[in-house]
Amino acid sequence: MNGSQLPPLLPPSASTVSGELDLLFAYITAISVFFAVGIAVALAVLAVLYRRKPGDGPPPQIHGSTALELVWTVIPLLIVMSFFVWGTDLFFRMRTPPIEPLEIFVVGKQWMWKIQHQEGPREINELHIPVGQPIKLTMTSEDVIHSFSVPAFRVKQDVLPGRYTTMWFEATKTGTFHLFCTEYCGTEHAGMGGSIIVMEPNEYQVWLGGGGAGESLTDAGERLFGQLGCATCHGDQAGARGPSLTGVYNSEVSLAGGGSVTADESYLRESILEPATNIVAGYDAIMPTYRGQISEEGVLQLVAYIRSLGDPAAAGATGAAAAGEAGQ
Amino acid sequence: MSQRHGPVTAAVITGSMPEMDNDHGPLQHHFDDMAQQNESAALGMWLFLLTEVMFFGGVLTAYAVCRYLFHDAFAEGASHLDVQMGTINTIILIFSSLTMALAVRAAQMSKTKLLVGLLIATMVFGGAFLVIKGIEYEHKWVEHHVPGKYFQYDGPMANQVHLFFSFYFTMTGIHALHMILGIGWMIWLTIRSWRGDFSAAYFSPIEMTGLYWHFVDIVWIFLFPLLYLFGAGAGAGH
Amino acid sequence: MSEQAAPRRRNRGRYEGDVPREHYLNVAYGLKSWLLTVDHKRIAILYLLSITGFFAIGGLFAAIIRMELMTPTGDLMSSEVYNRVFTLHGVVMVFFFLIPSIPAVFGNFFLPMMIGAKDLAFPRINLASWYIYTIGGIFTLAAIIAGGVDTGWTFYTPYSSTYSNSAVALTAIGVFINGFSSIFTGLNFIVSIHKMRAPGLTWMRLPLFVWAHYAASIIMILGTPVVAIAIFLIAVERLLGVGIFDPALGGDPILYQHLFWFYSHPAVYIMILPSMGVMSEVIACFSRKRIFGYAFIAASSLAIAVVGFLVWGHHMFVSGQSAYVSMVFSVLSMLVAVPSAVKVFNWLATLWRGSISFETPMLYAFGFLGLFTVGGLTGLYLGTLATDVHLHDSYFIVAHFHYIMVGGAVMGYLAAVHFWWPKMTGRMYSEFWGRLSAGLLFIGFNLTFFPQFLLGYMGMPRRYHFYPDEWQVLNVLSTAGASILGIAYLIPIIYLVYSLRYGPIAGPNPWHATGLEWTTASPPPQHNFETTPTVTEEPYDYSKAIENVAITPGAGPESPPSPAAPRS
Repeated sequence: MNGSQLPPLLPPSASTVSGELDLLFAYITAISVFFAVGIAVALAVLAVLYRRKPGDGPPPQIHGSTALELVWTVIPLLIVMSFFVWGTDLFFRMRTPPIEPLEIFVVGKQWMWKIQHQEGPREINELHIPVGQPIKLTMTSEDVIHSFSVPAFRVKQDVLPGRYTTMWFEATKTGTFHLFCTEYCGTEHAGMGGSIIVMEPNEYQVWLGGGGAGESLTDAGERLFGQLGCATCHGDQAGARGPSLTGVYNSEVSLAGGGSVTADESYLRESILEPATNIVAGYDAIMPTYRGQISEEGVLQLVAYIRSLGDPAAAGATGAAAAGEAGQ
Repeated sequence: MSQRHGPVTAAVITGSMPEMDNDHGPLQHHFDDMAQQNESAALGMWLFLLTEVMFFGGVLTAYAVCRYLFHDAFAEGASHLDVQMGTINTIILIFSSLTMALAVRAAQMSKTKLLVGLLIATMVFGGAFLVIKGIEYEHKWVEHHVPGKYFQYDGPMANQVHLFFSFYFTMTGIHALHMILGIGWMIWLTIRSWRGDFSAAYFSPIEMTGLYWHFVDIVWIFLFPLLYLFGAGAGAGH
Repeated sequence: MSEQAAPRRRNRGRYEGDVPREHYLNVAYGLKSWLLTVDHKRIAILYLLSITGFFAIGGLFAAIIRMELMTPTGDLMSSEVYNRVFTLHGVVMVFFFLIPSIPAVFGNFFLPMMIGAKDLAFPRINLASWYIYTIGGIFTLAAIIAGGVDTGWTFYTPYSSTYSNSAVALTAIGVFINGFSSIFTGLNFIVSIHKMRAPGLTWMRLPLFVWAHYAASIIMILGTPVVAIAIFLIAVERLLGVGIFDPALGGDPILYQHLFWFYSHPAVYIMILPSMGVMSEVIACFSRKRIFGYAFIAASSLAIAVVGFLVWGHHMFVSGQSAYVSMVFSVLSMLVAVPSAVKVFNWLATLWRGSISFETPMLYAFGFLGLFTVGGLTGLYLGTLATDVHLHDSYFIVAHFHYIMVGGAVMGYLAAVHFWWPKMTGRMYSEFWGRLSAGLLFIGFNLTFFPQFLLGYMGMPRRYHFYPDEWQVLNVLSTAGASILGIAYLIPIIYLVYSLRYGPIAGPNPWHATGLEWTTASPPPQHNFETTPTVTEEPYDYSKAIENVAITPGAGPESPPSPAAPRS
């Protein structure tokens, strides 16, 4: 099926899902071509066979055929259901990250992508990643809706203000690939792109060492945590005015209003920016909002620091999978 | 109704200029008889109310989603509404529905003076509702609870409380606009009633206006508990 | 029988009679007689003129877009200007051309005639709907003059509500106002179809054009208010600073997308269903055959209208909505494909054993069948979850919806123009130029939009002012196609206007079609029929039509047409 497409008309296929997605695309294309060509040919043949000729009387008036209607209702239905089943199966696999992905944080703003690696390096409009390693992006926007799209990997995810969305991919080829913003975001929307640079793991390690500012994301978060005086209330001592943050990441937190919530990235972010929305049981709503005082990147650093308190190895794996499953 | 059929058909054939449409009898040129015209008007009105349901449905859905997401903040915002005034307004509106229903009845029985009186009563009740609503708006303005630049709220979750008041003003504002349009239309109907346009033979405009007016009341019957009473119960816990 | 042969020749043999002495166009003259008319036919003409004007404006914007995209660097204009151009192209084409196009012009003109009524149920509301449309249009034109709007026709929040520095509120108010004209039109149609049918015209005797408009009207009255409130809220957010869709003020931008697509996806069916109705009329007429599977085509229209309301979430597969919600929307989107397929197969079956001729309306119908099929099939890639992730917001989408909206809705609109022009004006246009422009349109359209499928699969995002160099070849092809397309749009304007004065007189029924609208004079008298017609048969009975209608030019109206009372 794929052979009927001209090779230069296909985008590079460079991720673990791109091959199967192309196959699904080819499957739908094969059936579509069959029907489109079939209908065009039928149209042409009917038009020639039954063209009006001099001396023709009125044609027979045919009312229809329920059997035929049934056939051309059921067959298309079965075909589209096969699209649905395959497409949904692949979609769920495309959304569920494998365990222990390499986590990278992305902030979109008009009109650039700001990227922070765990180890510290930050980049703008470029993302360096190692080949053969699942990458999970946790993304948010400072202003309007953007969308992080890498055609070569066949992945795309909207990046929303006010919440985190995640996506994952695993590159299978080294090279430089297009990164686009695909959700219209204003004047320089077309310029809000860049490159994904896929490197061999050892080159990536070299790049990490040489390219960054040195301070890891967790360290930056810890510094910010200290600057803002968070420890005054969120210390580990008994009787503190705020809940302890050790081991809080990905744990079940009971809420003051009843019910509970998993303290994932989104909850931590909300608790920093809108502390009063979901208060932990047993505490008063005394924490001021930090909205406007911390940038989205700062929030990500704080979240990374809070994640590092406690036991991220055990909690991170299952939590990430669960978050991906639920579709965030 | 069928006895009107003959002369009317003749009118259809002779009356051909579009300008003449304005001065016809109650039967319009393109209908065969009054039954057809009345049924069309009724069906049209019900369909229009259906679009109104969808219209309010959109904003009510948005409200429901946000209220679910920010339950506490919305309860907090609702506790700032004046339940007393809301209750008085609800009663006033129910009475206006009653006078409207009686007006339809009066038209049906060809009691012109009663019809005019009841229409005026309905408008007075409607006007009273709007005045009270205006007083409530004024209070919110003084308290800086009108969304936008001058909004002030010192407690926690100011943004979500702001959102609540956004919904409050949007929904009650659209509702008030519907009432103003209804009253405007009723002024015209009162004039026509005074002229004696309506009788047992022809009262479908009064009937249709009644449907519209009851609908606007029902919208309020939804808005009142959703906006006002929500705060009274939940706000007590604070 | 053999003397009656070759009905395709007859319309080029001149109709010897004259236009009727008095008809809807000459009962009154002067601007006032038009601006205050309550005659559905005159209102349809008012719509025809204003819609053509908006189509020209939207087309001009399209031409500018294609010129800019000829080169990858974005050198013709600034990004500010480009963003305004594509936004206005979308706003004008969707809200001011496509949605009103067939319903407001041909629905208005022919729906009352097809049901044997003197007018729609509410003539004054009908006129009001045109004024509302015009006022909405004036707001939008004012927005263009005030510097344009740059949000995309979808007005996604929070960009539209907070960040955009353009005339968003003015445009939003224009679209909001315009929505009520759709509501009034739909309401009028439904009431008329229920209450105004001629004696004997049962539901299963209604032309499929009427069925299609019934289905479209359901969407108009149920969907339009929802988008109206969504767009109204954007205007309120911008003007008053409430924050329902702005996360910075506590709101939710995704909520807007739900409200918007709840209408705007069904709105696609407002565009395509009336066009499908035209297809049923045209294909039956020019193959001189009863429509195959009448009940199934009628039922599929209603199925599309109903299921169409349940698929809006497929615009939001990558928006961050729950994967399980996406799954439900995906399966429902697949279901809506089936009734469309049923229609296409039934039209093909209608051709089978027919007596097909190839006048201009039929050529447009053939074009519709081909292009709509491609448009519908490519929709399946987008309903399929995994492939949509890759194709979402790419040129694949752009190509897909142009195949539906231009290949489907505009082709249907032009088929309708050419099919009913003789009835509306009493004159025939040039068949040669008609066929030529239909052919050009088909070629130009495919050349414009097929390359965009390829661009989309390679990953070119939509709404891009400039793009990587490797995509230039396909973009140049697309622009070349667009220039052909532009010419194909211009030619009909010339020969149709020319025909008004110099065209041969058409006579009451130049195509020898069935249907009540063909039993009256061309142009029709002010109240459509001299006497109220009575219907005794099912529609599309072409066996009778060809026997009873005399073929000799000029003799047409004298022989008694079967379905309705004879006219003099």
